[in-house]
Formats: sequence, C-alpha cells, structure tokens
Amino acid sequence: MKLSLSIPWMDFSAAGKASAEVKKLLARLGIEQGLVKRIAIAMYEGEMNIAIHGGGGTADIELTPDLVDIYLRDHGPGIPDIGLAMTEGYSTASEEIRNMGFGAGMGLPNMKRNADELYIESVVNQGTTVHLVFHLNRKQE
Amino acid sequence: MKVSEIVEVLSARVYAGEDQLDLDVQSACGADLMSDVMAFVKESVVLLTGLMNPQVLRTADLMDIKAIVFVRGKVPSSDLVQIAKDSGMILLTTKYSMFLACGRLYEAGLHGGGIREIA
Repeated sequence: MKLSLSIPWMDFSAAGKASAEVKKLLARLGIEQGLVKRIAIAMYEGEMNIAIHGGGGTADIELTPDLVDIYLRDHGPGIPDIGLAMTEGYSTASEEIRNMGFGAGMGLPNMKRNADELYIESVVNQGTTVHLVFHLNRKQE
Repeated sequence: MKVSEIVEVLSARVYAGEDQLDLDVQSACGADLMSDVMAFVKESVVLLTGLMNPQVLRTADLMDIKAIVFVRGKVPSSDLVQIAKDSGMILLTTKYSMFLACGRLYEAGLHGGGIREIA
C-alpha cells in the first residue's frame, strides 16, 4: 500500500495534516496504538521540518506486511552538518517559528528516538531526504 | 484525576468537551514548546499551555492528549474551539498563570510521571 502526500511551505494551517491522516489510516488498519503514535510523532516532526525549513515537499508512505517506510523529501537548503542538526537543542528556526511553539531543536532527535531506523541524505542547496523505517512486528518500549 | 476536578481546582471555563469531563488523566504537562511536548510526553496527560494556535491542538491530537488548559485567561478563537470539538478534545481556560495552575494541580494530587525519563 502506497500513499503520497504533499507538504506545503510555511502553511501552518495545513502543517501536521499529513501526519494526522497517516495516523488515522494506520489506526484503522489495526496497527498497535503505541507504534501508531511513534510513527505519527516522527512523521509530524519531519513534516514540520519540511514546512519550516525545506520550502515544502512530499511524504511518501509505503506499508508492507513487515514495515512502514516513510520518505520525507524536500528541495530546500539542505543540512550542512547532520551531526550538529541531530544535537538536542540545536535549531536554526526563526523567532517567528519559535513563537509558534516549534524550533526547540528536538525534531531530528525525536525522529530518531521514535523510528526503528532513520536515514538522512542531504545536499546543501539541493534538499534533504529523511527515510524513516518502522518494524511492524517488533516490540519497542 | 478526573478533568471535572481539574475544572474545579483551576476555576476553569469549559469551551469544548463538556460531556467528557469524566475523563481520567494520570499527570500534567506544562509547556509552550510543542516540540518538547512531542519529545517528552508519554502517558495520558492534561496539557497546560500559554500558546494558542492550531498547532497546539494538532500536537495534542497526535500525542493522544485529550484535555488542554489555556493559562493566563486566554480565550480560544471560535476556530480553535471548533477544531477541538471536531477532534473530541476538552478545551479549558483558567485565569491562573502557568506556575499557579501547575502548582494548584500538584497540590490537589496530580503528580509527576507521564513523561519519559530525562537523562
């Protein structure tokens, strides 16, 4: 099963809708509640990153009997130093974004905490792809 | 603690979810940073916040948070109230500051837990 959703740039009335949609879909498919929540959190963080930093992009979700794969792609400025971006508290978000309750520098670390596997490919001035993998049959605290 | 008790302790006004005040919450989370809410909340909590925008409700919805209290007497717009009603959430406001609202709930017996352990 495949699903492709677009994530608009700086549209905060829309940001988070793709994740909410995926969360509802996965719950309807009977996937365990804790796993659904982990997927929703990780995807929402990615969605906000694309809306805030990435200039908009797409979320492609692929569901197989064993895995949920989520590819979050944007054509934004890219991440020059992924190691630094993975540091809790590090953020390049503007004051405006912080006033909305985001930009705390918890996004990528939170995605890592919630996903079973996380892969980031980023090229400066070309964009970023974040690949989140969730195992359907493996228990995680 | 039942949300109906929270309404009483905080002298709160109910804007949405009047029919769900029997809901039980294990703990509370006081935060204006939704990123932190997503990073730390684990269990069923009531969210106290001074931030008022649709992202608060969207974050709460994703985190399975069913009750939100806006502190410092902030009045939610009709749009926010509608989103809360559509999502089946309880929306409260209290005139207490964040500090006093959290303190009153703690004093009334709503204690810690609900968030992951911080190293």
